[in-house]
Amino acid sequence: MAAGVAAWLPFARAAAIGWMPVANCPMPLAPAEKNKRQDELIILNVSGRRFQTWRTTLERYPDTLLGSTEKEFFFNEDTKEYFFDRDPEVFRCILNFYRTGKLHYPRYECISAYDEELAFYGILPEIIGDCCYEEYKDRKRENAERLMDDNDSENNQEGSTPSLSFRQTMWRAFENPHTSTLALVFYYVTGFFIAVSVITNVVETVPCGTVPGSKELPCGERYAVAFFCLDTACVMIFTVEYLLRLFAAPSRYRFIRSVMSIIDVVAIMPYYIGLVMTNNEDVSGAFVTLRVFRVFRIFKFSRHSQGLRILGYTLKSCASELGFLLFSLTMAIIIFATVMFYAEKGSSASKFTSIPASFWYTIVTMTTLGYGDMVPKTIAGKIFGSICSLSGVLVIALPVPVIVSNFSRIYHQNQRADKRRAQKKARLARIRVAKTGSSNAYLHSKRNGLLNEALELTGSTEEEQHMTKGTSLIESQHHHLLHCLEKTTGLSYLVDDPLLSVRTSTIKNHEFIDEQLFEQNCMESSMQNFPSSRSPSLSSHQGLGTSCCSRRSKKSTHLPNSSVPATRLRSMQELSTIHIQCSEQPSLTTSRSSLNMKADEGLRPNCKAAQITTAIISIPTPPALTPEGESRPGPGSPGPATNAPSSANIVKVSAL
Amino acid sequence: ADSSDADVELPTIRHQPEGLEQLLAQTKFTKTELQSLYRGFKNECPSGLVDEETFTLIYSRFFPQGDASSYAHFLFDAFDADRNGALCFQDFAVGLSVLLRGTEQQKLKWTFDLYDVNKDGCVTKEVTVGNTVGLVGWGHPDGVLPAPCVPQDMLEIMKSIYAMMGRCTEPALGASAPAQHVELFFQKMDRNRDGVVTFEEFLATCQE
Repeated sequence: MAAGVAAWLPFARAAAIGWMPVANCPMPLAPAEKNKRQDELIILNVSGRRFQTWRTTLERYPDTLLGSTEKEFFFNEDTKEYFFDRDPEVFRCILNFYRTGKLHYPRYECISAYDEELAFYGILPEIIGDCCYEEYKDRKRENAERLMDDNDSENNQEGSTPSLSFRQTMWRAFENPHTSTLALVFYYVTGFFIAVSVITNVVETVPCGTVPGSKELPCGERYAVAFFCLDTACVMIFTVEYLLRLFAAPSRYRFIRSVMSIIDVVAIMPYYIGLVMTNNEDVSGAFVTLRVFRVFRIFKFSRHSQGLRILGYTLKSCASELGFLLFSLTMAIIIFATVMFYAEKGSSASKFTSIPASFWYTIVTMTTLGYGDMVPKTIAGKIFGSICSLSGVLVIALPVPVIVSNFSRIYHQNQRADKRRAQKKARLARIRVAKTGSSNAYLHSKRNGLLNEALELTGSTEEEQHMTKGTSLIESQHHHLLHCLEKTTGLSYLVDDPLLSVRTSTIKNHEFIDEQLFEQNCMESSMQNFPSSRSPSLSSHQGLGTSCCSRRSKKSTHLPNSSVPATRLRSMQELSTIHIQCSEQPSLTTSRSSLNMKADEGLRPNCKAAQITTAIISIPTPPALTPEGESRPGPGSPGPATNAPSSANIVKVSAL
Repeated sequence: ADSSDADVELPTIRHQPEGLEQLLAQTKFTKTELQSLYRGFKNECPSGLVDEETFTLIYSRFFPQGDASSYAHFLFDAFDADRNGALCFQDFAVGLSVLLRGTEQQKLKWTFDLYDVNKDGCVTKEVTVGNTVGLVGWGHPDGVLPAPCVPQDMLEIMKSIYAMMGRCTEPALGASAPAQHVELFFQKMDRNRDGVVTFEEFLATCQE
């Protein structure tokens, strides 16, 4: 209900008295007025800016946050006002909505920020007033497209799952040459052969010098055998390529219908037809014509060049403009050809023998070519000829800018997509660095804690000063949380410090020692499974028995830590990873089942081969650290518990 | 000429209501009630005057399913005491005061005035010469009307009330339903069976 309606409701109810005398049935009871209190001013404090309004104003829309009792959650008893820690600028619009009944969208506001505020206050964006709705929708769509593009591109660049079949791999290789070296090689080879084929076609017709005793021959006939061999080679390559593509295509029927495949077929058909046909005189003429189609091989380059594809796409999308251009040109040609024909009819030896003959003159004139092979001789003809050339310029100039602007738009869109992709990589890298900073903070504090313990054990005091880094309350709570998680799951974050590892080797603590051992073991076994640097896949993880981490991460890092000594775990650029290691058995035959078994065994302390089981979890970028870490053990098994021997109780992080 | 017309039309008349004190005297509302009433009124009609179109628009919002325009027209006439084609806040407040705070007799008088569209003091059903849209079977001689009353249209009121219900009603609205309802009304109200209902008859019946 609109704002005004609520205000007039008492009036409407009062006016309903007019129905009472004529009513046949008794009127229903009026709803009781619950604690009818006087209208009061309420203060809304939004990030320090105070807004005041009547309570009834807000209650006009009871299904929103401000109109319902939900706002009581924000009531501040001390100041007797409602405090919202949100954006005051947007709140202005929202409060105006209550006041006037119309929600406006301020143009300077970011669309997603605005949407968030609307969602917070429980207001549907659909009620934005007509004055602002179109703008809102446009911007929202633009934003959605942008985000969708990013998601798409990101999805495309994900590391492939190993579950692609051979056929799918091949198709991907064809479509995107950068996926593997083989695809790249294939790409360049086909490109080379296309070029060779086209050049051959061209050179074939060049006169090549004379054979004594006969007239000058084109190269094609002089070195017929050589050219034939070249042609055969090219066609073989193209045929093989076509068949491979056909085999790999996910939908063969669709592939056959696609433009590129038609071009492929047209490019190789003349050769086969030529093979089939004998050297019959009457059909060889037709065969020669067919050879013209060989020039279509040049279109195969469009797979290699994005610009060509854009051009093709532009032409397709400008089909209507092109059609209009063609139509208007045709009209003009016919008109002017007729006029010129009749104008020149009188003059003798005129080249304008018929109207179709005049077409040629009209076309040449309208496009301002002016070959001069047909020239009007009469005065009337000259006058009309000049009108023809002037109008030709106009007619052609009109649709062309439309086509040009279309091309420009599509081209820039493409550029923007590429730019966004490039930017995204850099952005994500920077974000990751910031995140590793925060996650490393935990590890640092843990290290400090462990160092502390180590120091207690070894009794040295030199490092104590380093220990007490001023961690804020939030940090310490965060670390505490991470530590609780560790304790819960029985896993722990890998400690990344050469110093510590070295130092703790002196501690008679099975955990760290074994950790090193294990890491070396992991290193050895993972080396075999380590894939090429380009395409990280989970097979490497699985090779390490990290089946718990079968969760597909966006940027699953390969395991650089396995390729370096345990002390030098990973580069700071990568996401911090936490490594699941097996327990008890050095051989990494841990599978999910074995880990489960471990969990079942419970928390029994395991003095002999006590170890901290550490988990490698690659943390994807956007979400916060802790939720990922928390969700990690959920799907998987909780993992073997920290079966730390009682002696290792010392090694409790002091954050607790 | 167009632009000058637009210029002339643009400055809307801003009507200031009577002072608060006067309104307090004329109506039975308290000061705060008048204040809140005025705020709602002014919010909806910043110019201070409600013309019939706006009034109809506002009233129609309460009855989204049906067509409240005809009933709103009658209401508007009922409220517009000084007949100037626009409701000012004074009209509004006075009318509401009667409706909400008035005595029963006052309320009934107001209702009667609502039905009495031509304001001639009595309510008739529709009897127009030659027009058989109205009721048949009442035995009222065609074309013969009581002298002081101009043919009026209780049927119109009834039809407008039914119109507010809209098309989708349960049970389905018949074309003759308003007419039948008027029948019943007159049966109840018209004591002396003269085809018109005067205020006394109305009052008497309602107060029973």
